[in-house]
Amino acid sequence: MEADYEKIQKAAARRTALLRGLTYVGLSIWALIVLFPFYWMLLTSVKSYASYNAEYVPSFFTLHPTLQNYVDAFTAVPLGGYLMNTVIFAVITTLLMVVVSVLAAYAFARLEFRGKDLVFTLFLSLMMIPSELVVITNFVTITNLDLRNTFTGLILPSVTSVFYIYLLKENFEQVPDELYRAAKVDGTSDLKYLWKVMVPICRPTIITVTILKIIECWNSYVWPRLITDDPAYYLVSNGIQEIRENGFGRENIPAMMAAVVVISVPLIILFLVFRRKIMEGVARGGMKG
Amino acid sequence: MSTNNKKAWLYLLPALLFLIFFMVYPLIDVIIYSVEEGYNFASQTYFGVGTYNFSYVLHDPYFLQAVKNTFILVIITVPVSTGLALLISVGLSSIRPLRELYQTIYFLPYVTNTLAVGLVFMILFQRTEYTDGMVNLLINWFGGESVDFIDGPYWAKMFVLCFYTIWVVMPFKILVLTSALASVNPDYYKAARVDGTPRLRVFTKITLPMISPMIFYLVITGFIGAFKAYSDAVALFGTDLNAAGMNTIVGYVYDMLYGDSGGYPSYASAAAVILFVIVLTITCVNLLVSKKRVRY
Amino acid sequence: MKIVLQNLTKKFPGRGKKAQSDVIAVNDLSFEISDGELIALLGPSGCGKSTTLNLICGLEKPTGGRIFFGEKDITDLSPELRGVGMVFQNYALYPHLTVRENIVFPLENRKGKDRLSKEEMNARALETARLVQIEELMDRKPGELSGGQQQRVAIARALVKMPGVLLLDEPLSNLDARLRLKTREEIRRIQKQTGITTVFVTHDQDEAMSISDRIAVMREGVLMQLGRPQEVYDNPASLFVARFLGTPPINVFEGEVRNQMLYIGDEAVLAVKDVPDQPVWVGVRPEGFLPQKDGALSCELNRVEILGRDISIISSHPACTGQTLRSIISAEMRADTSDSVVRFALKPGKVFLFHKETEERIPFAAV
Repeated sequence: MEADYEKIQKAAARRTALLRGLTYVGLSIWALIVLFPFYWMLLTSVKSYASYNAEYVPSFFTLHPTLQNYVDAFTAVPLGGYLMNTVIFAVITTLLMVVVSVLAAYAFARLEFRGKDLVFTLFLSLMMIPSELVVITNFVTITNLDLRNTFTGLILPSVTSVFYIYLLKENFEQVPDELYRAAKVDGTSDLKYLWKVMVPICRPTIITVTILKIIECWNSYVWPRLITDDPAYYLVSNGIQEIRENGFGRENIPAMMAAVVVISVPLIILFLVFRRKIMEGVARGGMKG
Repeated sequence: MSTNNKKAWLYLLPALLFLIFFMVYPLIDVIIYSVEEGYNFASQTYFGVGTYNFSYVLHDPYFLQAVKNTFILVIITVPVSTGLALLISVGLSSIRPLRELYQTIYFLPYVTNTLAVGLVFMILFQRTEYTDGMVNLLINWFGGESVDFIDGPYWAKMFVLCFYTIWVVMPFKILVLTSALASVNPDYYKAARVDGTPRLRVFTKITLPMISPMIFYLVITGFIGAFKAYSDAVALFGTDLNAAGMNTIVGYVYDMLYGDSGGYPSYASAAAVILFVIVLTITCVNLLVSKKRVRY
Repeated sequence: MKIVLQNLTKKFPGRGKKAQSDVIAVNDLSFEISDGELIALLGPSGCGKSTTLNLICGLEKPTGGRIFFGEKDITDLSPELRGVGMVFQNYALYPHLTVRENIVFPLENRKGKDRLSKEEMNARALETARLVQIEELMDRKPGELSGGQQQRVAIARALVKMPGVLLLDEPLSNLDARLRLKTREEIRRIQKQTGITTVFVTHDQDEAMSISDRIAVMREGVLMQLGRPQEVYDNPASLFVARFLGTPPINVFEGEVRNQMLYIGDEAVLAVKDVPDQPVWVGVRPEGFLPQKDGALSCELNRVEILGRDISIISSHPACTGQTLRSIISAEMRADTSDSVVRFALKPGKVFLFHKETEERIPFAAV
């Protein structure tokens, strides 16, 4: 009996160890699949043009790294300009979005007005509208307003985000009512209360929303592509597409990879700094794009 | 009270203006566009009202190709990515050391520019005169023949597209599923252990039912997302997707709107409305099924 | 089934950056639980009682010591091989399964020759459900049951395997006060009926005293006292145990023994033999006060609460460690409460002396 149990116990322990090992192997394989493209783009970006083209069988490392490709990326094509445009676009859009959303969320969360429930329900139903449906008219509108190839045309339709208003409203509602009443007793105006009490208390959510919006702006492709055909207004996504099709000539892959690295690095740094916030925000239901 | 009323609307005003102008109005307008026949973009005139736009789109071989591509993409990527994400999340929650590291790595694709990293996938899979590319090297190692995944046969191109799409959507799914798994009360697992429940049975009888709402959420959003596939395809095959035979429904909409074949907002609208109807139908079916299947 | 714990120790690695030292949850615990006994592990939160339960169940592995079920050393056995049934604090009923499916669940885990046929399983489930009186709820989901009913289902699920040992982790803490009374009698009945050795964890001394054969009072991983409820109450081994048991709680004074006499403040309240002179803690149970005109202890009267059967006198005394001291006297005893001072004599059997530093009991003989 004793030995029997021992045998069962040992077998179970062996199975557990085996399963654990398999788990780590499986997880590592996926990690490799995720990381490999990043490694490859870094590697290729430091291979010289000549050596890259000489490799019929691609090599997994290089002994003579060069930064020439990065110089090319900024000189041969206006990569710096694309980056600048994207930064301007992302910063202004995000700022506007945050201000507009905070105001609306505050109205929904704290103020009483007639028709609030109805308006909020309509708001929520807007969340289900796919952007593909509205892009067509927006394209026509912006074209008719002569706003193509302007930052105004790029930014305005990108500001609205029902989801972030919803997220902020939920967060605002968690601030206890007593604070609002106390502030009222002290004669604090609504705007001041919002700015001095609500926003500081809800800062974590506001930061999360801001970061998510910046990521969204940095990666946006469809709208900028429709609305800009002047390379002076290209964002990075369109820039990289332009580089691919007309840039260095199709064959200068290393320079192209250097551009890809330059475009990818800011977001990866942002992610590594705000890792927890970003993952938490996305887990709460953020969808890409 | 009425000043309060006014003030509230004032706070709402900016958001309302943006939404009405860039979401509500366009929504109504796109339906109007889709039934205006022979709309001319330059003169902004049309002949009449009818369903011609829809019938044109439905008979356009490019559109049919796009629908076919999109459906194949959806049918392959949604189950594969959800299943794979489930497997990875379960593995992830069963380990302690290195878990954070893995989680961070797995999330990376979420914060990368789809277009930029798509280029990397392109050079990994592409076969040119100069090189067979990384992936073909692997295939050769295992004794296979080189294939051009970017300009080659249809199935190869579809494979890359699916592979890249899965690569891009995995972070979100892994994240949602790991947090769903983490929120299952550990007492259930303890109770199961005391009862000597085998691992597989714990998974199918306890874990899966507990996180089934999240799985269905992922399936639904996965369907919606996959039907809207576009930039992944552009990243791999360039902007002229029709020529590559890899266009998607959304791609067709944009091509109709703008670019070399563009200038037909009516056709674009009709295609967009068709897409919306497809997505809506599938979402409703999903919801119905999940109502029956998700047991609590 | 007899359970023997031998020098049982469980250390958890220290959490956080600076906490390098281990946290000792259970420290050198040894005692024996005889077959068919119902024993309560009692203590404040963090005293190691739940960890002890997890060690017995096998969900945690001890860092030292052995555990025996009967004569068999089961220290290294995993939980499913130990033959224990466990009821969790929040019941851990699977919300997506019906009551019947929940109860059958442990039986369905069995493989090979141990596996019962479907009919046998259902019969066993029904039999167990009858025992806890939930047979008419078999097709409901846990979400549709009241807290007390869920509790019974959890017990049924633990018992259906016919385990040698039943473990209950805070089984009553999620119930409201009325149900708690009913359910604890119910647990006692089921335990008596099945004769199963039962260990249950609680922080509620009322609960522990009322249904267990013996209680084990724990503090910071150490067993403070083990004994029958009345024994522990009448004979606390330390100030901690004395304070932990009894409602209303014991009144504690600072006092001193001088020349075989116990002083509280300046008043000589009780003659105590065989105690060397020293400062002491004096614990007096609320029922240990006798109001008397010439009582030795004089207290400032705050108020009187009439509780029907009893009268509770709330007063204060400068040497008392609590803000007020509470004494309970039977309603027939007329106490003179017109004055602002009330005087008590003390019943020697209800007075305990404790060492000032170690807080351990100092025995004395009343004169």
